[in-house]
Amino acid sequence: MRRSTKVIAYIVLAVVGFIMIFPFLWMLSTSLKTGVDIYSPSIIPKKITFNNYVRVIENSNFLLWFKNSLVVAVITTVSVLFFDTLVGYSFAKLPFKGKTPLFILILSTLMIPTEMLIIPWYMMCNSYGWLNSYWSLLFPGLTSAFGIFLMRQFFMGVPDDVLEAARIDGLNEFGIFLITAVPMVKPALSALGIFTFLGNWNAFLWPVIAVDQPNIYTLPVGLALFSGESYNQWDLVMAAASLATIPVLIVFFFFQKQIIEGIHMTGLKA
Amino acid sequence: MKPKLSIKGRQSMWAYIFITLPILFFICIRILPTLYAFNVSLHKWDLLSKNKPFVFLDNFKELFQDEVFWAALKNTGKYILFAVPIGLILSLGIALLLNSITKGASFYRMVVFIPYVTSVVAVSWVWRWMFMKQGGLINNILNFVGIAKQPFLDSTSQAIYVVISNVIWQALGFYTIIFLAGIKQIPQTYYEAAKIDGASSWQRFKNVTIPMLNPTIVYLTVMASIQTLQVFTQVFNITSGGQGIAGGPLNSTISVVLYIYQLAFVNYKMGYASAATVILFLIILCISLFQMKVLDKKYDY
Repeated sequence: MRRSTKVIAYIVLAVVGFIMIFPFLWMLSTSLKTGVDIYSPSIIPKKITFNNYVRVIENSNFLLWFKNSLVVAVITTVSVLFFDTLVGYSFAKLPFKGKTPLFILILSTLMIPTEMLIIPWYMMCNSYGWLNSYWSLLFPGLTSAFGIFLMRQFFMGVPDDVLEAARIDGLNEFGIFLITAVPMVKPALSALGIFTFLGNWNAFLWPVIAVDQPNIYTLPVGLALFSGESYNQWDLVMAAASLATIPVLIVFFFFQKQIIEGIHMTGLKA
Repeated sequence: MKPKLSIKGRQSMWAYIFITLPILFFICIRILPTLYAFNVSLHKWDLLSKNKPFVFLDNFKELFQDEVFWAALKNTGKYILFAVPIGLILSLGIALLLNSITKGASFYRMVVFIPYVTSVVAVSWVWRWMFMKQGGLINNILNFVGIAKQPFLDSTSQAIYVVISNVIWQALGFYTIIFLAGIKQIPQTYYEAAKIDGASSWQRFKNVTIPMLNPTIVYLTVMASIQTLQVFTQVFNITSGGQGIAGGPLNSTISVVLYIYQLAFVNYKMGYASAATVILFLIILCISLFQMKVLDKKYDY
């Protein structure tokens, strides 16, 4: 490619990169400003203060929301990884009656939008007294049809001979699954794990319905309601937004290669 | 002595052990609630009243005479019509640029992707702050270059585009990565052959890149449309007024899902809201069936 086109490509990409990053810089900048300085268009605060962060943590249950989100995201991720690999493996490698109809049954649930389920889920939680509990936040995400589909695709790529060899070595079916097959689909596992975690960490629609007591809010719910209450105190709102965003960004920097390759590989978001 | 199962018998026994719980999960948490939602949609089902009479299609008839529902449908159409094509064209451009450079490609790829992994709620509030009429950054910049202050989120005509800009900004990275994966799969020999034939770079783009990317484009269009059809969090957070009731000035940004949320969880009209979810379901079903039909076609080049 010609040099001049290359220069233009880099310039355009730099502009795009700036637009993608700038809102985060502006968020951080405002969160570190104080008083009327927040309305100044300068991105460098006149005086840097962490007071807004202290106030957010003192005036809300921010740390608790953080913990709640973490608990929900970790449990759903572990559960999805466990069940989806088991089921994906069964559909890919084990013979049993009713395989095709059962697989279609699972896949067909992909077409059901969450919006259609929230009303029945809410009534269910209401009548069993599940509202405002971890369980109410957790149960919709315990397994995922997309994950089952993904794991099945990857297990189909595992050669039968390898499993047969393990069978001859005397492993039982669960041993074959765990010791022989699972290590061969590790990249798919990490992609599925990352997307399940992110999806549950950022979930909003169902959590905002399932919980209405501040001590059980997840981070997105807490952030939304806190921001609504602190309306016009933008230094506080931006400090809260920064607190919610920075940990995810740090994790992203560590895992960005896996995350992006995970999308390449799966072509879908869980 | 216990009768010994054959290998096959043992395998299917294990399979049933592995799948029973998840199958029960899908039946109890996905399929039965869906049927239940259909059932509720045929009743006048207010959460607080004792009687929930069967009214057949009355909820649907009422919906089609409901001005707010029409506004929500129209707005949702607008979200899709703007966010999907603009988002896809921009991301295709970015992907092509990323593909053309060698140094720093993975760095840029990461940068473009950052908005996609961060909390939608958090960036929605950043947007809201940047587009504030009084003291917001965008108006400050406009002021600086001599353009009059814009009402943005206070305006019935502008608010929805502020939300759309956020939707595009956040989804761009994901589309770009998928496009990039598609571009990388196009065999270089096609481009070389086109070059030998004397095709200009525009012709190579039009006659090689675009047709080869066709499956990716169809897939992304369908996926982006379904996702945008369900837009909720951004609208809820960028354009909420008092008491967390959202939808912008005069319902100018309200989306179908936001309206469903308000019907069910602010007004507790469960039957009426369920009827709206049934309509949403039917729209998604149509898009999915369309995708299956189009993607089933064999692509020969």
